[in-house]
Amino acid sequence: MIGIIDYGAGNLGSVLKAFSSIGAGCRVLQKAEKTDTLKRLVLPGVGAFCCCIDNLKSNGFDEMVFDWLRRGRPYLGICLGMQVLFEGSEESPAAKGFGIFRGKAIRFCQNKVPQMGWNRVKRAGWSKLMYDIADNSFFYFLHAYYVPLPGSGTATGISDYGVEYTSVIEKDNICAVQFHPEKSGRTGLRMLKNWVDLC
Amino acid sequence: MLAIRVIPCLDIDEGRVVKGVKFKELKDAGDPVELARRYDDQGADEITFLDIGASYKSRDILIETLKRVSRAIFIPLTVGGGLRDLQDMKKVLDAGADKVAICTRAIQEPDLISRAARAFGSQCIVVSIDAKRHGNSWHAYTHGGRNDSGIDAVQWAEQATMAGAGEILLNSIDMDGTNQGYDLELTRLVSTMVSVPVIASGGAGRLEQIAEAVIKGKADAVLLASLLHYRRLTIEEIKSYLEKRGVVVRW
Repeated sequence: MIGIIDYGAGNLGSVLKAFSSIGAGCRVLQKAEKTDTLKRLVLPGVGAFCCCIDNLKSNGFDEMVFDWLRRGRPYLGICLGMQVLFEGSEESPAAKGFGIFRGKAIRFCQNKVPQMGWNRVKRAGWSKLMYDIADNSFFYFLHAYYVPLPGSGTATGISDYGVEYTSVIEKDNICAVQFHPEKSGRTGLRMLKNWVDLC
Repeated sequence: MLAIRVIPCLDIDEGRVVKGVKFKELKDAGDPVELARRYDDQGADEITFLDIGASYKSRDILIETLKRVSRAIFIPLTVGGGLRDLQDMKKVLDAGADKVAICTRAIQEPDLISRAARAFGSQCIVVSIDAKRHGNSWHAYTHGGRNDSGIDAVQWAEQATMAGAGEILLNSIDMDGTNQGYDLELTRLVSTMVSVPVIASGGAGRLEQIAEAVIKGKADAVLLASLLHYRRLTIEEIKSYLEKRGVVVRW
């Protein structure tokens, strides 16, 4: 069973429908709970970094997620759900991320911001999420802040929006993507299926 | 580098896709779910539904349609037509829309743009502008192109963006349904003026014209209706042609 954290992110419904369409059983979590019945955890995300952290805290999710990550259990972060794995974000300097990966998110200063649309993901190492997906495939992005490359180290996918940045990151079973697989057509569904099958 | 988006537009009235010429003479063009599926198969980058009936009955049917579409198709969906307030917007977003488009209401009540942007995020708010040429400038029209607001369309695009619009959907009333090509001058003016993506709409008839909207008009996306509905062109043909002209497209 996949637990999808509901902290008010706008894309929750789409994420749920996408998992259903690939036949993966999932359940929406409204507040922190014992994780024994869950095999996987998804943190979707659209919105501001500090709102995400605050909302997670107010429902007790912060401890639950941190514990989950510490034990290296299967996790998928989407968009903001990826950025919170880092140490922080320029968007909300006071809010701290989970710090699983080094580095912090900063704002795009090139092109139109937010980046909204289909961009390529270039492979940067062996990737479970991108298994059997053609290199340089397009995914749907929607974000104003990005995680620069040098800080991340473990980026397995890189995209370019005037500057190269982390679009996929994986460390054992902890996976995260900057794009929205739930809105990336069949390629996105394939990526979700890879996560379910391989992590 | 972002791919230029090719977006089929489905004008919906009481659950059916319809298409008119110059915003009039409506003809039936099919079932929305079936058409949305076909366009997804062809490689549509996004789908826009405009509820032109916009009666309460039409809206309720649209909500049901949206629910069905969003369970079957996993690309961004935009919905517009008769959205009056945040509550209307929330209803379509909850039903599966990713973005809402507002036109008449935004002109009547510009404050709605900033309130909607605060409630749902700018990325969610598309301001649709129906523009018609008046001498050397364009006026923004309301009520499905029937009423002249007297407002300068280019300035309105800028103002809407400042208020929090995340995208501008720019329709040329003069060119709509004529197959004579996009209003390139208008598209270019707005695209270079605003800091958000601009979707060109109204007038596409040939492949060259679609490429011109992107290359000369600087549009970030093109919206297409009759060309696709009546199967004069497929999205694959359009993307192949754009690619030949050096435009980045998604496959």
